[in-house]
Amino acid sequence: MDWLTKFPTMETATLRDLRKAIDDSFRSFTRAWGDTFEWFFEPLRIFLIQAERLMLNTPWPIVLAVIGLIAWFASRSWKITGFAVVALMVIGWFGMWDDTMRTISMIFVCTVVAIAVGIPIGIVMARSNRVQAVVNPILDVMQTMPSFVYLIPVVMLLGIGRVPGVIAVVIYAIPPMIRLTNLGIRMVDKDVLEAADAFGSSSWQKLKNVQMPLALPTIMAGINQTIMMALAMVVIAAMIGVQGLGQPVLQAINNQYFSIGLFNGFAIVCIAIIFDRVSQAYGRRLQKHLEIVHG
Amino acid sequence: MADKPAIGIEIRKLYKIFGPNAAEMVARVENGMTKTELNEKHGHVLGLRDINISMPAGGIQVIMGLSGSGKSTLIRHINRLIDPTSGEVVVGGEDVVKMNPDQLREFRRHQTAMVFQKFALLPHRNVLENTVYGLEVQGVDRASQVKSATMWLERVGLKGFEKKYPNQLSGGMQQRVGLARALANDAPILLMDEAFSALDPLIRVDMQTILLDLQKDIRKTIVFITHDLDEALRLGDRIAILRDGNMVQQGTGQDIVMNPADGYIQSFVEHVNRGKVIRVSTVMKQGGAGEGLASIASDALLDDAARQLIASNATHLQVTDAAGRPVGTVDMAAITRGIFPAGGGQI
Ligand SMILES: Nc1ncnc2c1ncn2[C@@H]1O[C@H](COP(=O)(O)OP(=O)(O)OP(=O)(O)O)[C@@H](O)[C@H]1O
Ligand SMILES: [Mg+2]
Repeated sequence: MDWLTKFPTMETATLRDLRKAIDDSFRSFTRAWGDTFEWFFEPLRIFLIQAERLMLNTPWPIVLAVIGLIAWFASRSWKITGFAVVALMVIGWFGMWDDTMRTISMIFVCTVVAIAVGIPIGIVMARSNRVQAVVNPILDVMQTMPSFVYLIPVVMLLGIGRVPGVIAVVIYAIPPMIRLTNLGIRMVDKDVLEAADAFGSSSWQKLKNVQMPLALPTIMAGINQTIMMALAMVVIAAMIGVQGLGQPVLQAINNQYFSIGLFNGFAIVCIAIIFDRVSQAYGRRLQKHLEIVHG
Repeated sequence: MADKPAIGIEIRKLYKIFGPNAAEMVARVENGMTKTELNEKHGHVLGLRDINISMPAGGIQVIMGLSGSGKSTLIRHINRLIDPTSGEVVVGGEDVVKMNPDQLREFRRHQTAMVFQKFALLPHRNVLENTVYGLEVQGVDRASQVKSATMWLERVGLKGFEKKYPNQLSGGMQQRVGLARALANDAPILLMDEAFSALDPLIRVDMQTILLDLQKDIRKTIVFITHDLDEALRLGDRIAILRDGNMVQQGTGQDIVMNPADGYIQSFVEHVNRGKVIRVSTVMKQGGAGEGLASIASDALLDDAARQLIASNATHLQVTDAAGRPVGTVDMAAITRGIFPAGGGQI
């Protein structure tokens, strides 16, 4: 009755060989292609370093003023702008200014990459049901696979550092960007699309004049979610060498410094609230003309 | 304005069947299978069956029918927003069905413009930017776009609303934007799918008046869809009636009111005010021109003739043709018989 109480498994040797085969082939792949990948991601590395340098080398009053202005022009709300400025000042007063700047620059780069990659994929997905059928399960896997799992191959390929960190964050944070771009375009009123067709629009003209502008509020919701998810990855990214607010949290875990963890955690929450409220308010303003106020 | 000469539309043997094996179903439909049978036995929807119609250049062709009779399907074949299952749609000598995608795009840009029942304006663009859309797509330079759009917005009575967004306008105003957008395109063919159906009755009559006034200048070939007989009779130089995808009658408004082809059309025209449809020439007595009588044009409506007869305090009116020559006479009895036919449904 042994076979009933113990689940039948394949031979231990076979399993070991299988694992070895996969690991070996990936290792040789890494050896053969690691340099190529590094070369490929070099522009990303430069972008990251430049963004970080800009945030750190600019005098803090200017950074504060610029963030305040962006918050104001995006949201047109004194409440949100005031919160952003005061929160950053408190963070700075608690000695977390530099780490905050590093994190903001990292989130900025991740968001830019997610937009640059995600929107085109979303557009292609919206145009073809077949592409949608292929991409959707991939996105499901990306969203449910624990991020530590895909950290392993990324680190094997690119080592420890900023670039693999950003890649891991983008993999985790890009699905809503793609999904909501796809959804936004597919939801565009088909009467309006028909009108664009009737006037002889090319598919590029339709995309540019009708689909993208009308999908924009949905795409903005995607950007918002992507930012939030990227922020949720700050601590995990710190494990593979991304500097910023995540690293003190890691140290705090290792050394049981409750207060450090708490302060940095609050800083992350504040940044999240700022990004969230500003981008949502901006999205709402974009939507103003879509509401029906008159019969 | 209407620089391009008007062009006619010729539709021949047009079939449209919706469903996966549409092409195979044509033969069945040709052999007389009905819409219901086709749907029940083969799961295909008959959109249009053997439509033949010739729409003259520069006139208003109305297409009428109840909901689901295939009006929208038919009008969308003219600019091929819907591909036919078989048949020809010849516009200005060219078969739209045979055009490749590039030719079709050019055709839509320059030969046709369309006005939609639900307006279909771009909600993120203001009135001016909506109106320039067709010209923008054509690649016309910005100054000409704005000039033309401003002119047409003024013609439809929307001067001063250029910077408003569609959601800030009433339905009637939105549809005027739709009309200006179509007219700015300067295409010889104007397609209007229930363009006024979503509007309140009074605004609807306003829009009809605007359209008729404009048409005096622009002389476009207009295809106008409606399910409202009064609208059809007021606008249509010619009227075609669809039922379940079949063309059941074509003719002038008067033809249709005087000689409805079957009970279906009879039920449509029963309650129409015939005095506003039938013309004097139909009921007048030929020859015997009376000297000294007040005269009325032979294409005047019976309503107007009756009014004039009462005003002139005579028993007869002299009927004159387009050149002013006397061609006959008409009296109140003839007019009354025209308006209230024997056995008609009128009370
Ligand atoms: N894409 C489609 N697939 C299947 N059937 C369709 C499709 N489009 C239209 N039909 C059918 O074709 C018939 C004619 O539809 P159409 O929209 O042309 O009617 P209509 O006369 O414009 O009606 P309405 O007054 O409601 O606008 C209807 O039975 C409709 O269900
Ligand atoms: Mg319709």
